[in-house]
Amino acid sequence: MMTPTVLRGRAWVWPDDVNTDIIIPFRFKARTNDPYEMAKYCMYGFDPEFYKKVKQGDLFVAGRNFGGGSSREQAPVAIKYSGVSAVVAESFARIFYRNAFAIGLPALEVPGISKEVKQFDELEVNLQDWSAKRVKDGRIFHALKVTDFLRGLMQEGGLVEYYKHHKSFPWERLKAATTTS
Amino acid sequence: MHQAILSDDSLTFAEKIISLRANGGEKIHRPGDITVLTADIAMAQDSTGPLAIRVFREMGVEKVWDPSRVHLVIDHTYPASDEQVANLHNLMREFVKQHGCRIVEGSISHQHLMESHIVPGMVLFGADSHTCQGGALGAFATGIGSSEMAALWATGNLWVRVPESVKVNLSGEFKRGVYARDIISHFIGMVGEDGGNYLSLEWKGPSVKNLSMASRACISNNSMECGCKLSVFEVDGLTEEYLGSVNRKPMFKVHAGKKANYKDEHDIELGKLEPQVAEPGNVDKVKSVREVEGTPIDQSFIGSSTNGRYEDLVIAAKVLKGRKVKAGTRCIVTPASRNVFEQAIKEGLAELFLEAGAVFTNATCGACVGTHLGVLGENEVCISSSPRNYMGRMGATSAKIYLASPAVCAASAVEGRIADPRKYL
Repeated sequence: MMTPTVLRGRAWVWPDDVNTDIIIPFRFKARTNDPYEMAKYCMYGFDPEFYKKVKQGDLFVAGRNFGGGSSREQAPVAIKYSGVSAVVAESFARIFYRNAFAIGLPALEVPGISKEVKQFDELEVNLQDWSAKRVKDGRIFHALKVTDFLRGLMQEGGLVEYYKHHKSFPWERLKAATTTS
Repeated sequence: MHQAILSDDSLTFAEKIISLRANGGEKIHRPGDITVLTADIAMAQDSTGPLAIRVFREMGVEKVWDPSRVHLVIDHTYPASDEQVANLHNLMREFVKQHGCRIVEGSISHQHLMESHIVPGMVLFGADSHTCQGGALGAFATGIGSSEMAALWATGNLWVRVPESVKVNLSGEFKRGVYARDIISHFIGMVGEDGGNYLSLEWKGPSVKNLSMASRACISNNSMECGCKLSVFEVDGLTEEYLGSVNRKPMFKVHAGKKANYKDEHDIELGKLEPQVAEPGNVDKVKSVREVEGTPIDQSFIGSSTNGRYEDLVIAAKVLKGRKVKAGTRCIVTPASRNVFEQAIKEGLAELFLEAGAVFTNATCGACVGTHLGVLGENEVCISSSPRNYMGRMGATSAKIYLASPAVCAASAVEGRIADPRKYL
C-alpha cells in the first residue's frame, strides 16, 4: 500500500535516547511473529497501557538518538501497527532508521523539533516536501534531506510493497547505475 | 583496480573496504556516497530470523540467492524456554530445510561466526546489532534489521552509505584488574551513547598489538553501544596468527591510508584506566568502580557476546577460585559459544564456578536480553558483563543493571555488592 503523502495527527512527545528495549522489550517481541501482537507492547518501557491510549494516525516526536540499541525491527513494526503514522525525531540510531524505511514507517530527522512540539499538538507531516508542520501556527520544519531512492521506498510503503510491485529492490537500480558510470 | 585501492594513501579503513568490495572495486567511495555491497555472509538469529522469514515469504521470493552464505543461528533463547519460542525456532529449522542454508544452534552468532567463518576483507551483514564484532578481524561487519535481511537473502545485495571515520589511539599498558571492556566502557562514557552513530571506529596505536583477539572482539562488539556502523582492527601479526590457528586466509588485508581523513581522533592511555562501571539506564553513565562500590546486588551475570569468551571466564575464575558467591546473591556464568563451554569444562573452570556456588549455563543470549536463565524481577539489582543496561533489558522495568568487566562482576558476586576486583587478583 502506498504511504499517503500528508499525515496529520496528534503528537506524542518522547525524550532523547528512547532505545529499542523501551519501545518493545525482548521477552515480548521474541515470542510472536505477528505485527499486531507486537503493537500491544509498543512503548511498554514507558507505559504498558500505551497501546490502549494511542489513536490511529497519531505521530511521534522525539529527541536525539531515537531507536538506539538492538537491531530489532519489531520496534518500528510495533510503532507502525499501533497506529502511529510517522516518527519525527532530532536524530535516529542507525539501524532503527534503516528499518523504518524498510517497513514503510516514515522517519524524518528534524533537529530541534522536540522543543517545538508539545504533547498532543496537532502536526502534519508531508512526505513530498519531507517536512513537518505545526498546525496551530502553520510553522514548517524541514527535515534533513534523504536520498531519492529512500524517499521513493517510503512512498511505496517499504520493501515488501516495493518488491511486489517492481520484482527488484530500489538499490539494484543504484548498483546498475554505478556499474555503468 | 583492487591493488590501487589497497595502496591508496587517502582512504580510511571503511572507505577502502567499501571501495574494494562495491561493484567489483571499480571506484573510490568517499563518506556520504551510497553504494551497494554483496554479502559474503547474511546472518539472522532467533529473534530477527523469524520476522525475516515472514517478510521473505511476503515478498514472494522463491529461493535464497546463495544458501551457503545464509546463516541462521539459534542463540537468543536457546534451548527454547517456552512453546512460543519453540515454534519460532521450528520456523527457522523448516526454512533451512526448504532452502538448504546453514544453521547453528547453541552458540552466540557473533562468536560462532568469528570462530568458524569470518576473514579479513569479508562483507558480513547480520540481523543483530552486535554483528560489528567481526571488525575485530578486519572485516566489514554491521548490523541490519529483518526486512533488509530478507532482501539480502533474495539477491545478496544491500545498499550502504560510506561512513565517516574516527580514530582511537591506544597507548600504554593496563594496570592490574583493567581489561578491554574498560577501554570500550570508558570510550562510550567519553563520546556518549550516540557518539559513534553512523561512524566507523578504527582502533589504532602502539597498544593494539598487545590486545588479544578476545579483547579485540570485546571492543568491536561493544562499540555498538555508541551507535557505530563499523568498529575495526587492521590485520596484524596477531590476526595472522589467529587465522593460521583456525586455518583460514584473508580475502583482503585492508589498512587505512596514512593521509586518510578522520572526523575525529581520540587518545586513550591504558595505564590511566581504572575498572569501569556503567550505572543503570544508559550505557554512557560510566564511572570508576571506586565511585559505586558497596552498592548491594541481587545478581551478577558473567557472559554474553561482549564478555563470554574463554579469556573472560579465566579472569572470572581467578577471582572466584577458592571463594564463595555471597549467600543471597546469584552468580550466573554463560559462555559465548559451545566451544567456550566445552573448553571451560575441559580446563576445570566449570567445576570451579560450581564450587564457588555459581550457575554455569550453556551458551545463550538468555540473561542479557531478559528471556531466560537469569531474568530480573521487580526492583532487583544486577551487575553484568553484557552490553546493555537499559530499562527493562534483563526483565522487570524497575530492575537496575550496572555494566562492568567479568572481573568486577565476579568480585561483586563474592561480596554481594559492587566490588573492586583488584584485591582478588
